Amino acid sequence: MSELQLKDLYDGFRNPDTIRSLAKQIADEAKNLKMPLRIMEVCGGHTHTIMKYGLPQLLPDTISFIHGPGCPVCIMPKERIDHAIALAKMENTILLTLGDMIRVPGSKTSLAQERAAGYDIRPLYTPMDALKIAKENPDKRVVFFAIGFETTTPMTAAVIKATIEQNITNLFFHINHVLVPPAVDAIMADGKAQINAFIGPSHVSVISGAKIYQPLPDKYKTPVVVSGFEPVDVLQGILMIVRQQVQERADLEIEYTRSVTMEGNTIAQKLIDTYLQPRSHFRWRGIGDIPDSALEIRPEFAYLDAEKIFGDILPNEPIDDHKLCICGTILKGLAKPMECKVFGTACTPNTPLGSCMVSSEGACNAYYRYAGVLA
Amino acid sequence: MCLSIPSKVVKIDSESNIAIVDTMGVTRKAGLELVEKEDIKVGDYVLIHIGFVMNKIDDEDALESLKVYKEILEIMDEDERQKLVLEDDNCENRGA
Repeated sequence: MSELQLKDLYDGFRNPDTIRSLAKQIADEAKNLKMPLRIMEVCGGHTHTIMKYGLPQLLPDTISFIHGPGCPVCIMPKERIDHAIALAKMENTILLTLGDMIRVPGSKTSLAQERAAGYDIRPLYTPMDALKIAKENPDKRVVFFAIGFETTTPMTAAVIKATIEQNITNLFFHINHVLVPPAVDAIMADGKAQINAFIGPSHVSVISGAKIYQPLPDKYKTPVVVSGFEPVDVLQGILMIVRQQVQERADLEIEYTRSVTMEGNTIAQKLIDTYLQPRSHFRWRGIGDIPDSALEIRPEFAYLDAEKIFGDILPNEPIDDHKLCICGTILKGLAKPMECKVFGTACTPNTPLGSCMVSSEGACNAYYRYAGVLA
Repeated sequence: MCLSIPSKVVKIDSESNIAIVDTMGVTRKAGLELVEKEDIKVGDYVLIHIGFVMNKIDDEDALESLKVYKEILEIMDEDERQKLVLEDDNCENRGA
């Protein structure tokens, strides 16, 4: 029997004394840095931890954070949200999705507003519930608007598999699964954000394995440390980055070894590969079109693909963000939420103008929520 | 969206391919579609994401990390104590 207690997995990695001791160690070793560190934390979960625990205030001025595009709700362009709304408005249809997606404004309304207007739109706790809803409503079309990075993709693949195995004929999938490596590569190729190190995502890496980031040290000579989401994990990851830079190394390392391996979850990877394939183009909010940066249903399962089946009602013109919203610029690592003219005034979590304020993983939402830490 | 919660497996229902897990006192079901069934046992720590077990947490590794942090704290405490002793030794106003 292990001596580890469940609460150790929470409290142990949030211990204030450990946070302070790591911050001190980072400050000591950062004196030897050859240049300031501009660390991109790719994932919105890390942005949340960094703001919640006030990590910028604990660290020397030579270390700054650039918030990355790893928030699936934030990067969804408005035309895709309009797809979801158009699908929900079809006759005899139930639209299902996850998380904060229902609150993100499309070109005119959000899914939440359409639900209030009477359309059958349901947020799910788990995608598996889609099967149950489809079976309970055999005379209705049920469309699952699937979102998320590599973390959430195998769950969609598992539901597709079950749909086929259980001969469910009224469940369809609108796939918006996106991939971390092409987005990060697009930001690095652009170069304007001047990033010189990365904290790699935690749970994307549980599925895909840390190996997916190897091109970053290889191509751009930037250290990558895959860290857990707890504050102790993030600080330990930063310490590892500081040491790499002081020793003039640019390596891929894993801090979050209790859950991440180089190879990842191969069962989940195979499941994804069976049902989904890279799509040639996907437009990211702020970043624009990135080839092979998202997934779609394989052609042999096209009979489940809502984008193909209902393609004639789906709008395809790119739609720009609200002209005052700088979410796109923030997602590219070129601005902080405080630089936005409408941050905290016209745009708040209750009345969001842009997706970065909607999602709990969005940078604007994290800054708004933990504004007291910044003051 | 990518946040997952450490939980402890309390029961496995092989027939419906689900694990019953305890997430800090809350009992939930989680699908086992994404893991090798033989790999997950009662008492294991796992990460749960939107209703699925994502992986098994390496508890030896977690313990090792926690031990390292504890040692760092002890070293720092010792350093602090020595610093205090040194400051005390160098205190010019002793007895003032």
